[in-house]
Amino acid sequence: MTGTLKQNLINFSFVLPALLIFGIFYIYPFFFSFVLSLTDYNLVEKFSLKEYFVGLANFKDVLTDKDWWKSMYNGGYITFWALTFQNILAFALALAVDKVVRLKKFYRVVFFILPVLSEIIIGLLMKQLLAPDPPGRDVFNNILGFAGINSTENWIGGGYVRLVTALVHCWKGFGWAFVIFFAGLQTIPEQLYEAAKIDGAGSWQQFSKITVPLLMPVITLVIVLTILGSMQAFAMILALNAGAAGETTVPVMVIFSHIEGGTKLAGLACAEGLVLGLMLIVVSFSMFFISKKVREKYGVLPN
Amino acid sequence: MYYQTKKIITLVILHTFLLSVALSCIFPFLWMINVSFKTQNAYDQDSGLRLARSFDLSNYKEVLVEAEFWRYLVNSIAYTFITVIFIVLVSSLAAFGFSRLKFPGRNAIFFMFLAAMMIPLPAGFVPIYALLQQFGLLNRAGYILAMTNIGLSISIYLLKTFFDQLPHDLEDAARIDGCSKIQIWWHVGLPLISPALGVVIIFNALNVWNEFVLAKLIFSEDKFMPLQAGLMEFTGRMVTQHTLIMAALTMAALPIILLYIRMQKQFIKGLTAGATVG
Repeated sequence: MTGTLKQNLINFSFVLPALLIFGIFYIYPFFFSFVLSLTDYNLVEKFSLKEYFVGLANFKDVLTDKDWWKSMYNGGYITFWALTFQNILAFALALAVDKVVRLKKFYRVVFFILPVLSEIIIGLLMKQLLAPDPPGRDVFNNILGFAGINSTENWIGGGYVRLVTALVHCWKGFGWAFVIFFAGLQTIPEQLYEAAKIDGAGSWQQFSKITVPLLMPVITLVIVLTILGSMQAFAMILALNAGAAGETTVPVMVIFSHIEGGTKLAGLACAEGLVLGLMLIVVSFSMFFISKKVREKYGVLPN
Repeated sequence: MYYQTKKIITLVILHTFLLSVALSCIFPFLWMINVSFKTQNAYDQDSGLRLARSFDLSNYKEVLVEAEFWRYLVNSIAYTFITVIFIVLVSSLAAFGFSRLKFPGRNAIFFMFLAAMMIPLPAGFVPIYALLQQFGLLNRAGYILAMTNIGLSISIYLLKTFFDQLPHDLEDAARIDGCSKIQIWWHVGLPLISPALGVVIIFNALNVWNEFVLAKLIFSEDKFMPLQAGLMEFTGRMVTQHTLIMAALTMAALPIILLYIRMQKQFIKGLTAGATVG
């Protein structure tokens, strides 16, 4: 049932505004970033491919740039802590909140406060709490003092800075994973646990044979979201310690620094973005693939 | 008796665990609010760990009026408001079109919006910055348009799936009564999808309110800066005046926290909807 040309045009006009904005601000920049990555365009004069074309030089720079790979390492380090510490904590919290009757709502509300707030607020607030500046007003160390721990550590710049940054990142992010895990737990039918109990399954068996396999899609989702989110972490770290002289410089911070400030290296920034984006696509697609295999092995229907 | 004791012990352990994590989430904000009422002198002496003696608002006054922090708040409110209106209008029109109207290439175009949500673009702000610079749009209009685009795909997706679940009866009735398609969208479609619009509004409003990267790149002048970029600017200027920074942070965080507590269901739904689509 195709209408007349006029009808088609009227109908099409409903999606036209969206398509225009999307075309200009997504599709065009998307392809433009491939073009830009082949240039040394400075974002000042008018762009012309002929004048600024440098071939694959930017990608060569990316692959050999030590600072870039250091930032990838830092991003990977933060992602590692988010995948392990943050997600295990979130999972444990979801299981615990699912078990308790009282204060259930209170916990849910409190755990999600941090994801609601901006990265800048969290970063600046934690900077105020952790920075030893000037000594004597050293808030976190004073709190540690109450607990009997004597410390003069600089938490936003000293030897522990990378770990502290990763932990603040986890602290900001665990509420996300918690909410997704918790919602996932609610979808498991109670009858399965009852049947398992009647068959004599203990809590560990119920957990490993029912909860985990049935949550595999949710776990995969959280893992992928964690990798995407942590590898692209940026604003919170900028606010917290601005990269701590390379110790916590993350990939997006490197890209950002090419555009902000005086000399603009748009081509290099795009090349770095494409390298990182490609890696993230590969990782998330292979995660979904692996999870499908795991589900097939457990005999849980893919959904 | 034995099972009873075991159950109580388990509950105590669970609550201790949950409460300690909850406390770690709340404490920094209580501390922040407390310090915002203190003088710099009092803060120097106790790190803000003792309760402020009075609700002294002089820090707030100084930050808002003298340091002109109000500008950032007003700018953010304006950007958020305008962007969200744009997104709601454009995405509900498109969702109505994708769900109810037929035209060649409809599914292909919808699929394009979907695909855009799944491709991570870590340096997406670079070509957007280049684009805005080419068109002379490194200003408020450019910022609002770029932010509108960021919320578009997900909003269209959410509204389209919501439209798909609704019966066509009311629209048929309106059509028989002689309403045009655009009238049906406005008078029937929008009221019908208002539950989904709530989620779309909260998701996008928070997204714009919390946005930093584009704002930082686009606005070099203080008077156009929204809140997040303004906060960075402000704390950079105030380095050692910690109590003023705390007052600014409180003004940035507390309204969002209160709004969230008041509407937490919609917030959680709105925020997780964005993440769980893919």
